[in-house]
Amino acid sequence: MTTVFVTVGTTRFDELIESVTSSEVTQILKARGYGRLVLQVGRGTLVPDANSCADLSVEAFRFKDSIAEDMRRADLVISHAGAGSCLEALGAGKPLLVVVNDKLMDNHQLELARQLHMDHHLLYCTCSTLTETLKNMDLSVLQPFPPGQPKNFANFLDKALGVK
Amino acid sequence: MTLLLGFVFVLFLTALLFLLRLYLVVNSGSNQPPGARGHVAVLVVGGSGGHTTEIMRLMESLSAAYTPRHYVIADTDRMSEEKIVTFESSKPQSHSDLQFTISRIPRSREVHQSWSSSVVSTLTALSYSLPLVFRLRPDMVLCNGPGTCVPLCVAGLLLGILGMKKVQIVYVESICRVQTLSLTGRILYPVSDYFFVQWSSLRDKYPKAVFLGRLV
Repeated sequence: MTTVFVTVGTTRFDELIESVTSSEVTQILKARGYGRLVLQVGRGTLVPDANSCADLSVEAFRFKDSIAEDMRRADLVISHAGAGSCLEALGAGKPLLVVVNDKLMDNHQLELARQLHMDHHLLYCTCSTLTETLKNMDLSVLQPFPPGQPKNFANFLDKALGVK
Repeated sequence: MTLLLGFVFVLFLTALLFLLRLYLVVNSGSNQPPGARGHVAVLVVGGSGGHTTEIMRLMESLSAAYTPRHYVIADTDRMSEEKIVTFESSKPQSHSDLQFTISRIPRSREVHQSWSSSVVSTLTALSYSLPLVFRLRPDMVLCNGPGTCVPLCVAGLLLGILGMKKVQIVYVESICRVQTLSLTGRILYPVSDYFFVQWSSLRDKYPKAVFLGRLV
């Protein structure tokens, strides 16, 4: 089933969980063809239960050793702005919507999400614009995110240190 | 009075010589590059979560010439050891001799720790780093930002200052840093031999930085 995976990493972001499970948002998601909502809620207080939503099937959990499988199965990832979560979703080649927690000011992690948004690798909004963004989003504008080139680092270092 | 003045003078002279020596060590290319001997002993600094993921991607790219690999992680870190062991056991074991070690030192700075208590815990971490680095005598220290880097790099520099061994300090700023350097990055920028950044905006601000595009 077409799945949306929502992740807040190791933080808490109740406002996002609340917004994304509101009937307004779930109706839009259903209209867009998504049938399943998986929520990783971290340290938040809100853990929605399975039948909390009429439009979609909902699964929620706090933490897992690895969310790689949830990423892999997702058709859309909605994430907080944490660098780890962003890079994991993009690395898995998933369309990504980053929701910025505007109550967390001056978080350097925002730097990366903002830059990746400027480079068209992800969509970017806040909780207050989430409904609008989901309604109007066009995932086809997103550019693929090529993997980094650690080999360039290795080649440079080989030369610098005289490694044959 | 004369004694005191003499003491201050000697102290001043020592500090001056120390700084001069630091300058020479940081700015000297070694006469014989470490790679010429065929292998480079690396001290790798792990950190929590994202830092370790990034540094392991860099480690994956290095050839077998980078042997042995000494990993140092903070004692409160539970995640990194598993990642390191997984990575190392995936490597072909061509030699029977030791190829990697893992050591733990006290964390020099937790996230959000205050500046003054950071100084104390960094000094504690330094007291563990010095004997470790003096024993391992790596050719290079590779790090990417966790606070634990600082005491280990200081220990590496000290090996050079004392004329025992020139240790290359290789720093790779985290991909997360687009516009500003991390605190560790700002501290290590002046003393590192190779300082990599992963976004062009940082290269524009820090002329010594090497920018080869995104590395991880």
